[in-house]
Amino acid sequence: MADRDLLRATAAETASLIADGQVSATECLDAWLARVGEDDLNGYLWKADAAAAGQTVDRAAADPVAGVPVAVKDIFCTAGVPTTAGSRILDGYLPPYTATAVSRLAAAGVPMLGKTNMDEFAMGSSNENSAFGPVLNPWDHGRVPGGSSGGSAAVVAGGLAPWALGTDTGGSIRQPAALCGIVGLKPTYGAISRYGMIAFASSLDQCGPLTRDVTDAALMLSRLEGRDEMDSTSVGIEGGVDPPSATDLKGLRFGIPADLIGEGMEEGVREVFDQTAATIERLGGSIESIKLPHSDHGISAYYVLAPAEASTNLSRYDGVRYGIRESNADLDSMYEETRGEGFGPEVKRRIMLGTYALSSGYYEAYYGRAQRVRTMIVRDFTAAFEQVDFVITPTSPTVAFGLGEKTADPWSMYLNDLYTVPMSLAGIPAISIPAGTAEPAGGGPGLPVGFQIAAPAFSEQSLLEAAFALEGAIGFNQAPPGAKR
Amino acid sequence: MIEREQVLHVARLSRLKLSEEEVAVLERELSSILDHVDRLAEIDIEGVEPTSHVVPLENVLREDLPRPSLDRRRALEGAPDPYEGAFRVPSPQAEA
Amino acid sequence: MTGTGELEAVIGLEIHVQLSTRTKMFCGCELSFGDQPNVHTCPVCLAHPGVLPVPNRKAIEYALLIAAALECEVAPRSIFHRKNYFYPDSPKAYQISQFDIPIAGAGRLGDVRIHRVHLEEDAAKMIHVGESGRIQGSDASLVDFNRGGTPLVEIVTEPDLRSGAQVREWGQLLRATIKQLGVSDVNMEEGSLRCDANVSVRPSGSDRLGTKTEMKNMNSFRFIERGIEAEIARQKEVIASGGKVVQETLHFDPSTSELHSLRSKEEAHDYRYMPEPDLVPIAPTRAMLDAAAGALPELPAGRSRRYREDLAVSDSAALQLSFEVEWAEFFEGVIAHDTEIEPRAAANWVTGEFAAELRKQGDQGLSETRVTPDALGALVKLVGSKRISHASAKDVLAEMVAEGADPLEVVEERGLEQISDSGELEAIVATAIDENPKPAEQVRSGNEKAIGALVGAVMKATQGRADGGEVTRLLRRDLGL
Ligand SMILES: [Mg+2]
Ligand SMILES: [Zn+2]
Repeated sequence: MADRDLLRATAAETASLIADGQVSATECLDAWLARVGEDDLNGYLWKADAAAAGQTVDRAAADPVAGVPVAVKDIFCTAGVPTTAGSRILDGYLPPYTATAVSRLAAAGVPMLGKTNMDEFAMGSSNENSAFGPVLNPWDHGRVPGGSSGGSAAVVAGGLAPWALGTDTGGSIRQPAALCGIVGLKPTYGAISRYGMIAFASSLDQCGPLTRDVTDAALMLSRLEGRDEMDSTSVGIEGGVDPPSATDLKGLRFGIPADLIGEGMEEGVREVFDQTAATIERLGGSIESIKLPHSDHGISAYYVLAPAEASTNLSRYDGVRYGIRESNADLDSMYEETRGEGFGPEVKRRIMLGTYALSSGYYEAYYGRAQRVRTMIVRDFTAAFEQVDFVITPTSPTVAFGLGEKTADPWSMYLNDLYTVPMSLAGIPAISIPAGTAEPAGGGPGLPVGFQIAAPAFSEQSLLEAAFALEGAIGFNQAPPGAKR
Repeated sequence: MIEREQVLHVARLSRLKLSEEEVAVLERELSSILDHVDRLAEIDIEGVEPTSHVVPLENVLREDLPRPSLDRRRALEGAPDPYEGAFRVPSPQAEA
Repeated sequence: MTGTGELEAVIGLEIHVQLSTRTKMFCGCELSFGDQPNVHTCPVCLAHPGVLPVPNRKAIEYALLIAAALECEVAPRSIFHRKNYFYPDSPKAYQISQFDIPIAGAGRLGDVRIHRVHLEEDAAKMIHVGESGRIQGSDASLVDFNRGGTPLVEIVTEPDLRSGAQVREWGQLLRATIKQLGVSDVNMEEGSLRCDANVSVRPSGSDRLGTKTEMKNMNSFRFIERGIEAEIARQKEVIASGGKVVQETLHFDPSTSELHSLRSKEEAHDYRYMPEPDLVPIAPTRAMLDAAAGALPELPAGRSRRYREDLAVSDSAALQLSFEVEWAEFFEGVIAHDTEIEPRAAANWVTGEFAAELRKQGDQGLSETRVTPDALGALVKLVGSKRISHASAKDVLAEMVAEGADPLEVVEERGLEQISDSGELEAIVATAIDENPKPAEQVRSGNEKAIGALVGAVMKATQGRADGGEVTRLLRRDLGL
């Protein structure tokens, strides 16, 4: 069969091509490695070589997904493979161990294609905070792919990987998936082990799939989820995850949080959102207005909690045990110069913000208060889910914006996560599916718009069923113009 | 609002060396971010418990059974300044 | 301000106890002492990116056992915090510890109240290398992460102690208590028990606390006693001369008996405590609490009370026996020999003559001696029933310690049985009075002390086989007292 068809296939389709003997796992891997070699998006920070990746294929068990290679965000530790989290401070770092999520995929026979570019330590919504240069959006190379899993989203959308692994702390899977026109799923906090995922904000971080369709998201999630004895906060998903098959939304109630969405939303995004809501009704679902009265404070709470956790998580980068060291003059210089040189501006900004929020005299006013607001956001969702089955919003208030457009004003960048952050604070699962295209604010060719569906904790299966039914009805099947897929 | 002195103090707590320019930029940016964040003060949080976890778990413990440690060569492999089987650093005593 | 004579010292202690689990607090690396540096490390205890801590169940159980022994209130739900500070011995740049909700609160040991008991992880070890290991002309230190992550229980007392001697005694009681729980080696020289003291002085009877200084990490209770006494004296002097005590951390040098102020960095510590998001709460179940209560052995404080109150053992012997469980067991073996043995006398023999004889003969330990509790019991019974004199018993004991001899055989072989025939003893007493007219006359004229010489004469004549009490009684009778 032609490489062209292979490279257009979803992961699930590829898996059945391999299972049917139409293509061997090795041929599949070689075709994808060749494609990775053509990366024109700065999507990969490290590219696998055939020999090493092939070993995983050879080891592959009888798992149906065996042989479908995956791109892995460079935030996952991979033994002996460079892992930087997009930071200069980890330049040259070779982890002595492998993250549980990556090991689980490897155990299913899924070889690693490469490590994808990302915002430094997952801090960012545009991928412009990578120490190794920005990732380009495959729809328009002058625009950002979103972040922080921008590399993972861009390589899947741009035909440089069949699927990818990303992480989401406040929207870092969903928002780039939306901006690149693919599917991104943030599972319930605790569904997948965090062991080996380089920590940004430990109480929020969760990894998940970036895929071409909902079926692939379910497929990857089914291999990732599960309790891990190396992570005290991991639970897994009871009953596992099956491929979704729903074709309608009969009897399901979808809530629109009127007090959350509105501000700063682009007109084109609103149109696609409204159309999609109408599609839900056509499929038999009902649309209701709900209240999430504290969600619009989500960004404020998030930008206290996440930087506070990050400030302590990133203290270990001190030049003592691994990574770079900038000075030996004395102990303080070693710390201050290594960290001053090793971290980029956004990371420094958040470390400063977080340290301030935890520092003596400010803890209660910032950290303590933000934790209490988080409680109220959790309660808001609990109340909402007594009324509806799902909460829906646009994934992002805007389509992909131009490189450099929002770097001058951090808060305007942070507002990109307005709709995704509340679900992260509540720890609930949320998926972004491509719902159409819209012209950007300044005009130009249409760019993808994401539609977010959130569900109660650990109800991934019903979330995937709803997303699958909606995906089928929307029929978004567009690849970026000129993309290789 | 955050003042220059506070920026310097927090930078010291964070062990971050900042250039003069970075200090000025951070003073402005952090102030602006905190202005937004300060809206949290509008919310009545009286009697609300803080959430630091959303997972409903307790007592997740490990049995007291040894796991293999790293080979020492491996442990020191990426160290910036390994020396005689240890991690060498500038002496804290030298600062006194 | 009142004079120094009316100042009292107020001392509180913070004791760190390394738990003797097999593995570290949050990873599976084995605990070790004295191994090559960095052979017990893994990604978790080296704080590699992406790792997560998972608490050691045994460490939690040991902490609950300590809490039970110290009669502490156990928190229904306690959490871990991050205590942030940069130092090369702290690989994450934060220590996982407990902050506002420790695993156990108020308790008591002896006459000192316990403030709290919490769990945390130990820091790595740093070795200063000086000239040979210099980096670019400046001194360097080497970090060894073998010890990093060892489970620690920190015990904080209320400021209930008043003197260095009390701190030493109480510290020894605490150490004996924890040793008996079997949860730590409590070896101060190896650092498995470390004690910091907060010392202040105030006018006697006041309930205010003065400015305190902290004395760090002294490696024996003797040094702690001396260090605290020196610091109390210094603070009293400062106040007497109209000065003010400054809050600082001090180091006591036992070789010179001097106190040095440790580097007090210009910046105050700001640990930025925050709840540890990587760990879930510890909520001891009924089963965990019952297991701890059920595993409590008889502890030194309770045993000492039982010896004193039920067995009428002297205070000092009761204390000595209680601190070392082997000695307590030996003592109980001695009194088990025969119901007629008086426990008070047995305790005095065990902690007095017997312990002294072991020291004298090559510093033997209880585990080495050939003397069995049963044999010592037989000896104590011989003395108690007045079949041999105290003086003879000491000779027999020496032989028992030297050769493992049987006391009855020695007494028989050497004819040491006391003169039980009162006629025989009366004759010897009369002879002694005749042969020592001078002391006899002194006694008659009221100088009772002079009787000692006459007793000595009788003992010499009987080769120690006479009962001292009986000899004195006869002498007094014959001399008309
Ligand atoms: Mg401590
Ligand atoms: Zn370890």
